[in-house]
Amino acid sequence: MEVALRMSDFPLLSLIIWLPVVGSLVLLALPRNDRLIRWFTLVVAVADFLVSLPLFFSFDKSFSGMQFVERHSWIKAWNISYFLGVDGISVLLVLLSTLITILCVLISWESVTEKVKEFHIALLLTSAAMIGVFCSLDLFLFYLFWEAMLIPMYLIIGIWGGPNRLYATIKFFLYTLVGSVLMLVGIIFLYLQAGTFNILEIMKLGLPYKFQFWLFWAFFAAFAVKVPMWPVHTWLPDAHTEAPTAGSVILAGILIKMGAYGFLRFSLAFFPVAAKSMMIPMLVLSTIAIIYGGIICLAQTDLKRLIAYSSVSHMGFITLGIFSLNGNAVEGAILQMINHGIVTGALFMCVGIVYDRTHTRAIKDYGGLATVMPVYAAFFMVFTLASVGLPGTNGFIGEFLVLLGTFTSKKWAAVLGTTGIIIGATYMLRLYQQVFFQEVNPKVAGLPDIKMREFIALVPMILLVLWIGFYPTPFLGFMHESVRSLLEHVHNASGDITPVSEIIKEGINVVIPS
Amino acid sequence: MEYVIWIPFLPLIAATITLIFGKWYIRKQAHWLPCIAVFGSFLLSFKALLDVIGGARANFDLYSWVIADTFHAAVGFQIDPLSVLMLAMVSFLSFLIHVYSIGYMEDDPGYYRFFAYISLFTFSMLMLVSANNFLQLFFGWEAVGLCSYLLIGFWYQKKSAADAAKKAFIVNRFGDFGFALGVFLVFLTFGSIYYEDVFARVHEIAHTTVNVLGVEVLLATLIAVLLFCGAMGKSAQFPLHVWLPDAMEGPTPVSALIHAATMVTAGVFMVCRCHEIFELSHVAMAIVAAAGMITCFMAATIAPTQFDIKRVIAYSTLSQLGYMFMACGVGAFAAGMFHLFTHAFFKALLFLGAGSVMHAMHHAPDPTDMRYMGGLRKYMPITFATFLIASLSISGIPGLAGFFSKDEILWLSFVSEYPWGKLVWFVGTVVAGLTAFYSFRVVFMTFFGEFRGKEVLHGHEPHESPSVMTIPLMILAVGAVVTGWLGVPHVLGGHNHFAKFLEPVLGHPHINLPYWLYGKKEWIELFLMAISVGVGVLGIAVAYVVYVKKPELQRLIPERYPALYRYLYNKWYWDEIYDATIVKPTFFTARSIVQGVVDSILIEGVVNGLPDLIRRGGESLRRLQNGVVQTYALIMATGAAVVLLLVYFF
Repeated sequence: MEVALRMSDFPLLSLIIWLPVVGSLVLLALPRNDRLIRWFTLVVAVADFLVSLPLFFSFDKSFSGMQFVERHSWIKAWNISYFLGVDGISVLLVLLSTLITILCVLISWESVTEKVKEFHIALLLTSAAMIGVFCSLDLFLFYLFWEAMLIPMYLIIGIWGGPNRLYATIKFFLYTLVGSVLMLVGIIFLYLQAGTFNILEIMKLGLPYKFQFWLFWAFFAAFAVKVPMWPVHTWLPDAHTEAPTAGSVILAGILIKMGAYGFLRFSLAFFPVAAKSMMIPMLVLSTIAIIYGGIICLAQTDLKRLIAYSSVSHMGFITLGIFSLNGNAVEGAILQMINHGIVTGALFMCVGIVYDRTHTRAIKDYGGLATVMPVYAAFFMVFTLASVGLPGTNGFIGEFLVLLGTFTSKKWAAVLGTTGIIIGATYMLRLYQQVFFQEVNPKVAGLPDIKMREFIALVPMILLVLWIGFYPTPFLGFMHESVRSLLEHVHNASGDITPVSEIIKEGINVVIPS
Repeated sequence: MEYVIWIPFLPLIAATITLIFGKWYIRKQAHWLPCIAVFGSFLLSFKALLDVIGGARANFDLYSWVIADTFHAAVGFQIDPLSVLMLAMVSFLSFLIHVYSIGYMEDDPGYYRFFAYISLFTFSMLMLVSANNFLQLFFGWEAVGLCSYLLIGFWYQKKSAADAAKKAFIVNRFGDFGFALGVFLVFLTFGSIYYEDVFARVHEIAHTTVNVLGVEVLLATLIAVLLFCGAMGKSAQFPLHVWLPDAMEGPTPVSALIHAATMVTAGVFMVCRCHEIFELSHVAMAIVAAAGMITCFMAATIAPTQFDIKRVIAYSTLSQLGYMFMACGVGAFAAGMFHLFTHAFFKALLFLGAGSVMHAMHHAPDPTDMRYMGGLRKYMPITFATFLIASLSISGIPGLAGFFSKDEILWLSFVSEYPWGKLVWFVGTVVAGLTAFYSFRVVFMTFFGEFRGKEVLHGHEPHESPSVMTIPLMILAVGAVVTGWLGVPHVLGGHNHFAKFLEPVLGHPHINLPYWLYGKKEWIELFLMAISVGVGVLGIAVAYVVYVKKPELQRLIPERYPALYRYLYNKWYWDEIYDATIVKPTFFTARSIVQGVVDSILIEGVVNGLPDLIRRGGESLRRLQNGVVQTYALIMATGAAVVLLLVYFF
């Protein structure tokens, strides 16, 4: 498939990526004045968001290829280039990243009090790396950003996290690394085959099925861990629980979207035949994630753990939509990536808000908060409803399109996935009742309602929830062309499918020659 | 007819403003905006009703809501006799309930919140009934679910209220699960979710079958049954009926809103709206009729055992909704809608009347317990008179609304082309007697005899409610009589305008009489009418004997058949059954299997075990490197020997 390019006169994407990096360098030089550091970081984050806004307004929705493209030769010997661009699949994720970074600064205003400078440097670097991941069109560059993001994230959890943070960070790091290493092998193999790291060139490669098969699973390892898909999800609850609020928000809001993005950008585009033949196992894993992740929420006694597990369930919807290979479902899945970033990010912010006041995450320590903090309760209610996919919120549009599309391609998967709407309502409303309704728990009596700063951080999220809920057209509009051309590429790809048993036999023969 | 968009949006605007500014700015004036907005909706609905009677129709999209790859749905409105009837009914009743609430909720700290929610509720229901596609229907469908959640749990400090709210939402979600799949199947089958496109092509699938788990099923059956799952949830039909009686935890005007105008009528409305699909499938029709009959009978057996005045009325709602589905299940959709319409008036009246009684009893620890009432007719004559009219109406006494609509259902089921028509008629007639009995049990226990609540009221006298509450009661009482006159059957010299009005949408049922009864049709109709009126009068008479003349008879059933009484008193144990078969096993699975074994032992075992294994492996291998040169020499020699041997032999 030929992907058209539309070069950019102005290095907009570079600016979005490198502005936070420059900001973090300036932070290094600033004096250790916490107030100054916070304000400076906020200014950088806001500036980055403003700089990214042209993506929203001047993106050409009728163009299916890459836009805002920048391309410079970088390491000539290996044919590596600094190659950036966005299409309808990645553009919203970039915008989400810049927005979430602002909110992370706001929400850490009072909760991070130690090593303030280092924290904000880590935050800005994470943001830059994440945006880099979504914009890279060169595999080498992509892998660089992909791994670079791990380091500041590791530090954020490991330094500013909860009591059990060391275990959580090591788990997070090893899990991710094991997956990424397999992908690295795949990337090197692809380079040897194609002679380039250019993603658009590799898409045209048309590898034989047996290669596609192995490479699909190698990339799967990296992405499945990030998403996280069942059964490689157990790093997520630990990481979320121990991470500071901003860390959780970034994890839920953007980091785990990188996995789903990887499936779309690489697994589907590079290995279309394998993606088609692996549809059933992928849908099975996704439905397990939806149901398993939902049911396990019913057993949680920790606020953050519950929301973390609910992410497993919600990400199940996203992978379900992606691998059902249906246009409606893939659009729903991409929208759901944004939605989940907004809603779960907001839920973690909400948890952070009460955690700052009570320093407990145990659900049983709460109760009657609706009486004590009515405004906060109203915010939390909206996000709860978005999380359970009530029509009129963004969650509904995404889930509905995913399930509708999946129903078109595989009915059983949609039927199983739809049970998620019952389970989702059960655990979220149960949580809401335990935290907000009934008698006021003496432990939370007299807590102050949300402050202006918290209010400002949450309002954009509410507006997005309702905007996408009632008028998703501007958002879905980004996707039509890119999704259509991606799925055309997948469905038109042909190749002889060899049975899995033979591929494995052959694989064993390669490793152990007889 | 673009003005119809304001019918739902006026209450939405009022609700939004009240919700945002109510707490700090509007406070005690919070009722004004919602009341005016809903009254505006009513006026516009009434105008729309007149326009539709004059022949106008409308079907337009306001804006595109969701546009995906091949899917398209808009926020759109379809104005035809069916929707305009619902619009007028919902907005009118909602307005009266708004006004009534000014008095009822007067001193509640959540005054503004209450008005915002009921306005939002009205908006949701109006969106639901005016939709021109399934997605907007689904929007309204879930939005009324949300509003009922907020309102049932209005006094959220009470655990029972919070539990009931959650239960209502989750039980409804079970129905929505089926409903969503039904919508998916509609889209997959017809490529569109607009009513217009779907119903125009519905005949194409008349003989299409699909394979479901190895069984060949008519596609129409599958669609209809899936959609009906949603109706069972919203309209509280067996087996998803368990949430409705608990919904009593909300303030009483909410009960009136849920039981009469909004929410529970949504299921009946949806079945009528999609009647073309249901009619293609005998199986689906049979399921609708069966769900209706079971609910109708079950609820009518539970109601006479309850002492909570609101609970009795709640079970009567279940039972009456059963009638509506019975009508749908024999193809008499217009009769179902007619009963929905009349029922809305007398049921709203019953609830608001009960609310008025509770207002009088509010010093009692449990103001809904009828055992502490009695003789209230002397203290609150207006409430009594209006409540009596509603009870007569629901009991099917000739001349009142309930009589006409119930008899239409019974008659049309008796002569129905469907083989289960006679059974429906039989169940309906038996329940008519039970209905009259338990309705007048309430009347006699509450308003007749001696007042039994002197002690619990601590010297307070029961009193009549303020006129802001009694005027809506009086208006509703008029409705509980005259709405029936819209559908006077031919045999009584009427023209049944109601069914005629709906005929363009709902068609008319096919009457199937044995040939030897041709010509005697009128006599049969009158005969059936006489039977049901007789049964109703008998029910009232029995209630009079048991609860006024010979109160000692009340102990007859509890003492003679204690097992039966307990069974009925405990609502056929459905809550307990669901708790044991669904709730407990789910939580057990969550805690002990998924969390306890799979996640923390199996998966985490591997995750934590693998590094452990590597570490231990490393530790044991490390021992080989012990630095003793002799050991290395020995290993080397052994290795060399093995290699040499291998080379020698192979």
